Amino acid sequence: MTKYIGKRLLLMIPTLLGAAVFVFLLMRLIPGDVCELRLAGEGAYADEKAIQLCREQAGLTKSLPRQFFDWVWGMVRGDFGVSMWTGRPIIYEIGLRFQLSLQVAIMATMTAILLAIPLGTLSAINQDTWIDYGVRAFSIAGLAMPSFWLGILIILALLIGTQALWGTPWMPPIQYTPIWVDPVANLSQLVWPALATGYRYSAVAARMTRSALLEVLQEDYIRTARAKGLVEHLIINRHALKNALLPVVTVIGIEFAFLIGGLVVTEQVFNLNGLGKLFVESVGNHDYTLTQSLVMLVAFVFIMTNFVIDLIYAWIDPRIRYR
Amino acid sequence: MQRIQRRLGLVWVVMGLLMGVACCPALAETPTYGGILTYVVPAEPPSFDGHRETTFALIHPIAPFYSVLIRVNPDNPGSPTDFAGDLALEVPEPTDNGTTYTFKLRQNATFADGQRVTADDVVATFNKIIFPPAGVASARQAFFSMVDTFYASDEFTVVFKLHHPSAAFIPALASPFNFIYSAKQLAQDMRWYEHQVLGSGPFIFTEHQPGAFITGRRHPNYHHAGQPYLDGFRAIFAKKQSLRVQAIRGGRAMIEFRGFPPKSRHDLVRALGEAITVQESDWNCVLLVTPNHLVPPFDDPRVRRALSLAIDRWGGSMYLSKIAVVKTVGGVVFPGHPFAATADELQDIAGYWPDLEASRAEARRLLQQAGVPEGFRFKLHNRGVDQPYKIIGTWLIDQWRHIGLNAEQWVQPTGPFFQTLRSQSKRFAVSIDFNCQAVVNPLLDVSKFVSNDRSGNNYANYQDRVLDDLFDRMNRTPDAAEQRRLMRRFEKRALDEQAHMLVTLWWYRIIPHRSNVRGWTISPSHYLNQDLSTVWLAP
Repeated sequence: MTKYIGKRLLLMIPTLLGAAVFVFLLMRLIPGDVCELRLAGEGAYADEKAIQLCREQAGLTKSLPRQFFDWVWGMVRGDFGVSMWTGRPIIYEIGLRFQLSLQVAIMATMTAILLAIPLGTLSAINQDTWIDYGVRAFSIAGLAMPSFWLGILIILALLIGTQALWGTPWMPPIQYTPIWVDPVANLSQLVWPALATGYRYSAVAARMTRSALLEVLQEDYIRTARAKGLVEHLIINRHALKNALLPVVTVIGIEFAFLIGGLVVTEQVFNLNGLGKLFVESVGNHDYTLTQSLVMLVAFVFIMTNFVIDLIYAWIDPRIRYR
Repeated sequence: MQRIQRRLGLVWVVMGLLMGVACCPALAETPTYGGILTYVVPAEPPSFDGHRETTFALIHPIAPFYSVLIRVNPDNPGSPTDFAGDLALEVPEPTDNGTTYTFKLRQNATFADGQRVTADDVVATFNKIIFPPAGVASARQAFFSMVDTFYASDEFTVVFKLHHPSAAFIPALASPFNFIYSAKQLAQDMRWYEHQVLGSGPFIFTEHQPGAFITGRRHPNYHHAGQPYLDGFRAIFAKKQSLRVQAIRGGRAMIEFRGFPPKSRHDLVRALGEAITVQESDWNCVLLVTPNHLVPPFDDPRVRRALSLAIDRWGGSMYLSKIAVVKTVGGVVFPGHPFAATADELQDIAGYWPDLEASRAEARRLLQQAGVPEGFRFKLHNRGVDQPYKIIGTWLIDQWRHIGLNAEQWVQPTGPFFQTLRSQSKRFAVSIDFNCQAVVNPLLDVSKFVSNDRSGNNYANYQDRVLDDLFDRMNRTPDAAEQRRLMRRFEKRALDEQAHMLVTLWWYRIIPHRSNVRGWTISPSHYLNQDLSTVWLAP
């Protein structure tokens, strides 16, 4: 097992390095730069000397290999540098948003797990009944509906509904309060985006649970368990569901990693100051250093999540450990 | 006859008073103290240094922390010519044939840390703006080319000496970006203000959470007696327009100072009725059509003139103002300014004729004469922003179809859009560009039209020495009537004879806000009148 873990950890290094080269070059392909945007983006008169000075201060006049080396060496030392747009340390910029993004990702994942596994199981054990049709309709609607659109509908429904009921429109708070400062304010802001994203997420996982469980239920050992006279709920919970969960764990893991930095539009819909919004702004501002660091963070989260999924696989299915 | 005139005069006075009471409750009511103003800002400032930045995203949350030397009169911000002292006691009359301005400062102004504001602070500030040392960026250095020297003649007096008389000096000085900084701080670190806030404005900085909000509290020793009225403010960053509208509707914010399109005004008024007050104004921003003079056939003035003649500005004003933030038909000067062309003067310019059919017939004739075939195809380069860029772009394409031109919209995001514009190459044929300024200062605002080897933001790639000469003469003469006459000549050459760039419709600013927000009056620019010193909240 230790050898297995060591091998997986070593494989992370070339993957991260490849991501670094890729994002560094990709950012330089976008026309324009942070200084033009900053000094002329509002259409104001922009002095060429001021733009040049800004480029020098941002390190954009150095050669590309030098810029790449400085950035990678900074990361190796744990110094991600400063944002080209704000001048603040990148660690600080990301740290501020990470807490919110992590909380939304955890809440959405919990929503998804709580919905998906019972619904997927119900759907599989009641195949081709009205329960199955209902769950399938629910999950197809979840897949078809973008979470940001659902978010917009939620906000509008809250505004219209509360005005109709109490005469005063209400909407979720538009600024973040940490849960330990004011749990009510925190949850009244974050529960809505968690529901909007959790619903789509649950739709994917519910369909996966249903199909995996249906497959497992056809296996010989399930027939044997039934022939032994084992009660149905024990067959489902102890034998079928445990084996059916392998692909569901993968889906949940990948979706969780995506939620950390991928809630780009949903964060804007709810005005969440998370990593997705920061990502969009940094790309829009041509803030190379911040965008590169965010990509590396997301790549790291994805790699780590996959690593953890592999460990869970090995724990659930001993054949993987012994292979 | 005299009796009729007297009666008419009386009617105007009564109507004026009634309008004053109706449109501006602040005039009729006594402000109350207290409360926190919560407002939404569409973007976050890149830094806190007003001298370096050019965005409204800096002005809206940061201007309340600072004083300036002079400013647009906060009681009359709609006027493009009414300036008042802020740290200065008043706006002085020039002496020495219009080349010397002596500013007397208030003696009761203090920075948030308690230091007194003196003439040394003003001099240090303008040294940074006009003569920045190496490594320090100043976005408005070029606005002060007329300034020769300035110095503190005593602790509370600052003297500016100009190379030549210039009507552009006072408006340039009144820019809301010219925050007065502490000489002591600047001496320690010229770039200290990029990340720190220390001003003498009506509010004191309390907190900034990047990406989320900026807050301020009342400056207890603010130099304008009795102000500010608010206990503090909270500026919340919210990028998405629909969310900003909903935030006002749902009570999470009271106002947004940039401006909403007509549809949002309609939605808010319909949902909240009297709880919403709407203020509207012409806006000192305009989209321009910029034909690239390096790309044939747009190097031919006949073709450029045809592009302008095809546009139905008078009709477009009526229907576009229902869906976009544009409205007023105007020339090169902001329509509310005394230097702006009257409707009669405009109708003498190609593209503003009252007879649209005659105008388009002339356009077709010019295209034929220039050898441009029917159905000629070209790309209209545009910025990937809906309001009002893409709407205006779509409208223009339709207008040009009426004269047999077949344009296709090529939209780029902001960064690449500006890079294409600034490339001084044949990368675009015709582009949308814009001119958006803070203080209405026509003599400098039209600098966009002068030759590209003199103007940093003329993207049409031409040189026109006749236009340059008119610009220089206009800026050097102290006589307002002569300036206006030269401006007409300048406008005729830029928009008609050469049709170097085409003015579309001037923007229109719509601010729907919660009715309990009082004391704030809309101005022709989203950069102006934003220090919040006069704002109060009705109980």
